[in-house]
Amino acid sequence: MSTELTGAEITVRCLQKEGVDHIFGYPGGAVLFIYDELFKQDKVKHVLVRHEQAAVHAADGYARSSNKIGVALVTSGPGVTNAVTGIATAYMDSIPLVIISGQVPTHAIGLDAFQEVDTVGITRPCVKHNFLVKDINELATTIKKAFFIASTGRPGPVLVDIPKDVSQQKAVFVYPESVAMRSYNPVTRGHAGQIRKAVQLILEAKRPMIYAGGGIILSDAAAQLTELVRMLGFPCTNTLMGLGGFPATDRQCVGMLGMHGTYEANMAMQHCDVLVAIGARFDDRVIGNPKHFFNEDRKIIHIDIDPSSISKRVKVDVPIVGSVSDVLVELIKMLKVRKEKPDQTALDAWWTQIDLWRARDCLKYDRSSSIIKPQLVIEKLYDVTKGDAFVTSDVGQHQMWAAQFYKFDLPRRWINSGGLGTMGFGLPAAMGVQFANPGNMVACVTGEASIQMCIQELSTCKQYNLPLKVINLNNRYMGMVRQWQEFFHGNRYAESYMDALPDFVKLAESYGHVGMKIEQPGDVESALTEAFKLKNRLVFMDFITDQTENVFPMVPGGKGLSEMILV
Amino acid sequence: MRHIISLLMENEAGALSRVAGLFSSRGYNIESLTVAATEDSTLSRMTLVTAGSDDVIEQITKQLNKLIDVVKVVDLSEGDHIERELMLIKVRALGKDREEIKRLADIFRGRIIDVTDKSYTIELTGTGSKLDAFLDTIERSAILETVRTGASGIGRGERILKV
Ligand SMILES: Cc1ncc(C[n+]2csc(CCOP(=O)(O)OP(=O)(O)O)c2C)c(N)n1
Repeated sequence: MSTELTGAEITVRCLQKEGVDHIFGYPGGAVLFIYDELFKQDKVKHVLVRHEQAAVHAADGYARSSNKIGVALVTSGPGVTNAVTGIATAYMDSIPLVIISGQVPTHAIGLDAFQEVDTVGITRPCVKHNFLVKDINELATTIKKAFFIASTGRPGPVLVDIPKDVSQQKAVFVYPESVAMRSYNPVTRGHAGQIRKAVQLILEAKRPMIYAGGGIILSDAAAQLTELVRMLGFPCTNTLMGLGGFPATDRQCVGMLGMHGTYEANMAMQHCDVLVAIGARFDDRVIGNPKHFFNEDRKIIHIDIDPSSISKRVKVDVPIVGSVSDVLVELIKMLKVRKEKPDQTALDAWWTQIDLWRARDCLKYDRSSSIIKPQLVIEKLYDVTKGDAFVTSDVGQHQMWAAQFYKFDLPRRWINSGGLGTMGFGLPAAMGVQFANPGNMVACVTGEASIQMCIQELSTCKQYNLPLKVINLNNRYMGMVRQWQEFFHGNRYAESYMDALPDFVKLAESYGHVGMKIEQPGDVESALTEAFKLKNRLVFMDFITDQTENVFPMVPGGKGLSEMILV
Repeated sequence: MRHIISLLMENEAGALSRVAGLFSSRGYNIESLTVAATEDSTLSRMTLVTAGSDDVIEQITKQLNKLIDVVKVVDLSEGDHIERELMLIKVRALGKDREEIKRLADIFRGRIIDVTDKSYTIELTGTGSKLDAFLDTIERSAILETVRTGASGIGRGERILKV
């Protein structure tokens, strides 16, 4: 007869079996048995954050930068409600996470017990799935299912709510090797007939365009995408979530598209005759107004793992449901067999047109300014790190400048909250990135408003010696809000001014880090160089930037992609 | 257009709230929803009546399929099917009206299942429109109470929804 383990031991053993090396969490009454078991072992290292939102963002940054599943552990009630922003952030960007939450004992559920919330109910709309484990005998299988569901199909966060008494009860521990669920069988391989149709359309294209999204990153298909784009000679645009999927420094890359995409990318999207959308979902910030985007003569091929992403906002001609990497492998194979090439004369003419759009130089800015331009900081960050850093960001103008000016050549290097747009994401996400990639350079590009949403994590960074470089583009405004107020609300800057800012240098120092304040354009590069030389220290770099700078190009909400506001 | 969608899902706590939550969070409309365990007690069968354009219905079925607890989904309206709804109706039945109401119930193949000296309770099954038609024949003020289950549906002939 095998020995019985407590629910808490089982939980920790499951994490070990899944090969989890780090979990991000914060203790409390309902998870004390689990913490006790974590304490007794050293395979799963626990990272103590300073707020549960940060625990989930850190697990998220860990997952995005490594293709492993991120794990967070929080207590019941306020622990869970604090975590919700993090969970929703991961859900919107399809990030595989397992969140373990404590719950009040089963006999107290529903009685408004101390620190009780309906966790399954609160998180239901922002998880891929969730479970409340009421029976200790189902604990191990449930955790196995959680890891399986989180990482397969279209990935996403899965929450397992464990009542305190379940973590205390005992059962025989058997960790299933695999799980089969009759209700959940995600497809991987695309339909061969559909792929054949796609090949035909691609070969007939005269003005082709490849539009690649976060699905490329999530399914580790950057190599296949790059092969496809190069073999066809087509232009390729990456979405905000897809940056690094195709190398930004390649001539065939026309930059990011969408609301703050390049002129050439947006124009090519609008005017192409065959669009190959891969792991992308035509979201409102990407194609603008779908009515304006619609074009009778444009044929669309759409490859996505999630059938519900297909024909949701834009009707497509050739849908292919399957894992992006598998489908691309098949597509490339079929193209090679066909040996034909698309019409090269037409393609040359198309490139001539694209180069004309490109010559518009839509990302130009005043390089001789005597005040620091935020774009300059990102360009210098790129130079100093030789394009080899992991870059996380918060949300706002700085996020868009980072996306536009840091040329990502590799996937999983650009880490941002694209779907939910969560201010406060950048710093804790960077912590997770650093844990997953020790020894690599990790920069967090942020703004003075965003950074204050999770600034307490500077303390976590000290505890674990995380040598992050925080690039604070300090414009004393919620810049993105100010920009919209300038464009659409008659320059009435309602509550978008950041008054009473802390002295960030002193703040960083009080947390035990290095602080720098940079006010002259001429000092930007040398300061960055100096900061990155401090390999073992977190450096908080407060760049005092031009308050009036705006992000261009811009497609105003409700407008079409070709209706950009340009500098 | 009106659609009647049938689905099989794991008979788990909270499964119903996932479906209801999906409809409210995505702004789909629900006309009616019925649910109960099947002969296999691990499975629940649900019938949903909804309305929307083809695009919306396509999204609804895809989103339902995406729910982890959902095993199978069919849009019954895509083929031959049978729909039935149960209604219980309590009507005031006094004097000469008693005979008239009984006669009407017979015509609609309803059954009187409870009787007092002032009222009848009638059980009636059929399509929604048949139940509506019955209600129309009875004078408004005589209707004391009605309760309807919403439609249940099943495919005709060889059309079978099973795991
Ligand atoms: C949690 C949260 N609250 C509000 C917003 C709305 N919002 C979007 S950008 C922005 C301003 C960000 O300011 P800052 O961090 O200074 O960056 P900047 O735009 O100046 O670069 C706000 C308030 C948000 N995205 N997230």
